[in-house]
Amino acid sequence: MLVLALDTSTAACSVALVGVDAAVSGPGSRPVITALAGRVTVDARRHGEVLAPSIAAVLAEAGARPADLGAVVVGTGPGPFTSLRVGMVTGAAIGAARGIPVHGVCSLDALAGDAAALLEAERPGSRDAGRSALAVATDARRREVYWAAYRPATGGSDEPERIIGPAVDRPPDAAARMREAQVGSLFGPGATLYAEAFAGFRPPPRPVFPSPAALVRIVAAALFDGGAPAPLVPLYLRRPDAALPSAPKAVTA
Amino acid sequence: MSPVVLGIETSCDETGVGIVRDGVLLADAIASSVDQHARYGGVVPEVAARAHLEAMVPTLDRALADARLRPADVDAVAVTAGPGLAGALLVGVAAAKAYALALGVPLYGVHHLEAHVAVDTLEHGPLPRPAMALLVSGGHSSLLAVPDLAREPVVSLGATVDDAAGEAFDKVARLLGLPFPGGPPIDRLAREGAATIPFPRGKAGDGTYDFSFSGLKTAVARWVEARRAAGEPVPVADVAASFQEAVADVLTAKAVTACRERGIDTLVVGGGVAANSRLRALAAARCEAAGITLRVPRPGLCTDNGAMVAALGGLRVAAGAPASELDLAASSSLPLSA
Ligand SMILES: Nc1ncnc2c1ncn2[C@@H]1O[C@H](COP(=O)(O)OP(=O)(O)O)[C@@H](O)[C@H]1O
Repeated sequence: MLVLALDTSTAACSVALVGVDAAVSGPGSRPVITALAGRVTVDARRHGEVLAPSIAAVLAEAGARPADLGAVVVGTGPGPFTSLRVGMVTGAAIGAARGIPVHGVCSLDALAGDAAALLEAERPGSRDAGRSALAVATDARRREVYWAAYRPATGGSDEPERIIGPAVDRPPDAAARMREAQVGSLFGPGATLYAEAFAGFRPPPRPVFPSPAALVRIVAAALFDGGAPAPLVPLYLRRPDAALPSAPKAVTA
Repeated sequence: MSPVVLGIETSCDETGVGIVRDGVLLADAIASSVDQHARYGGVVPEVAARAHLEAMVPTLDRALADARLRPADVDAVAVTAGPGLAGALLVGVAAAKAYALALGVPLYGVHHLEAHVAVDTLEHGPLPRPAMALLVSGGHSSLLAVPDLAREPVVSLGATVDDAAGEAFDKVARLLGLPFPGGPPIDRLAREGAATIPFPRGKAGDGTYDFSFSGLKTAVARWVEARRAAGEPVPVADVAASFQEAVADVLTAKAVTACRERGIDTLVVGGGVAANSRLRALAAARCEAAGITLRVPRPGLCTDNGAMVAALGGLRVAAGAPASELDLAASSSLPLSA
């Protein structure tokens, strides 16, 4: 199945076209995911302009047409509202136009999935060796971070399991809760941005942004189960800024 | 078969999707977040943008169902690229691009005000060239010369220098204790009152085509406060009628003058305030006296909607105008020459 995946929950506008093949070899085997083309543009203010051309570019690079798509996967945040909406409405509209399912995945889970894979590659086998929890943090602006903490993947799954979040907090508050949860490693742009608050966790340089491939990995099994995906819900985590009006002010002093 | 054009509008608090074929309106689906803004006394941009995201696909689907079409029947997608609320516009523009891209059809980014003029062609047929347009809504008060909607940019002759006409209705309604949006309740109340209070006509007879409504709003507030301070009852219906008369008077006087001075014989009035009964009556009387043909779309097409965007898109497609690129930007202050 040809799957379009995209994430606009951070400064990166990330798009990928991937092939997903259903598991073939017996129980416990997992779908095989092949990256076909990808685009990442880091410019927090231009997701609206960059996203659609990036999608056209990955389709062209893979020699595919929109009609060939079997599903869309989008990151649902948390992330800055405006860019998050660009990605979500784009995914939703492509799904509506082509009559294909659109799956939403918490963007922090994708970041954590890639982080866990990186740790596993660095120290193979550590997943089963009682490894400590990991956390990811992204820039929430206003001196806060979006973050979540995860238990390492256990036997049945390749993906870490979210145990806290997604949440939005001031960096010192997030750091305190991470320590409580005995988080060992912290990943993501929020970690480097607030290096001081997160000094206790050595922030590794990668992965920096949620990757579309990780989004697909997380829902890969669901792509083939034939059920309708859950409704797409953006993870804003904050209420809109809006002040209730005061009584009309007198114009005469 | 003529092309089917789908239009998307999200510049303010209405999520609109319209479908037009050959100048005929096939569907006009709308979802409004106005109720969510009412308690704030005005449109809250982030609330509007969130509502657009939720409503976008359901409204697209409903428009297609109403027109008994499938997505694959759509031949072009038009969208309001601006002006409007930045975050709100971006939802519609992104959706339009995605829809056009997924269907492999051209995309047309259009100007909100030009779309407000174009919608009249759905009801009253092609516009004579040139025509004059008076657009009055919660966000705009503009007098526009319209040479040819499909091929030439509309020219702004004048606009409000402060509050938009609809904004003035909303603010005056608030100080009279009426609900938001204020236009409809003022219109209703005014019918029970008389326009006996001589509120000022801002910028009337100043030789420009600009408007000003902030002084009028302040004058109404002072008048009402003076009554209250004196312990006298406020004749709310008379205040509403007098305020409404002042707005309708300057708007129609300047529009008719502009037609005369430019030798233009057709005036289109659009935007949410065009629903106002006194504005309609006064415009009709003054246009008739001046030998000008007045065209006002039905109220449902005057407020923001997707049909107007589809209508303008349809004119562009028919004229063979160049399509927009996929990197089309939403612009909160999009100039008319775009
Ligand atoms: N009958 C009426 N009389 C005067 N103003 C009206 C009437 N009906 C609606 N309005 C005004 O029209 C505005 C909304 O128009 P619309 O074209 O939807 O504007 P916007 O571009 O602000 O969304 C509001 O300010 C509302 O008060």
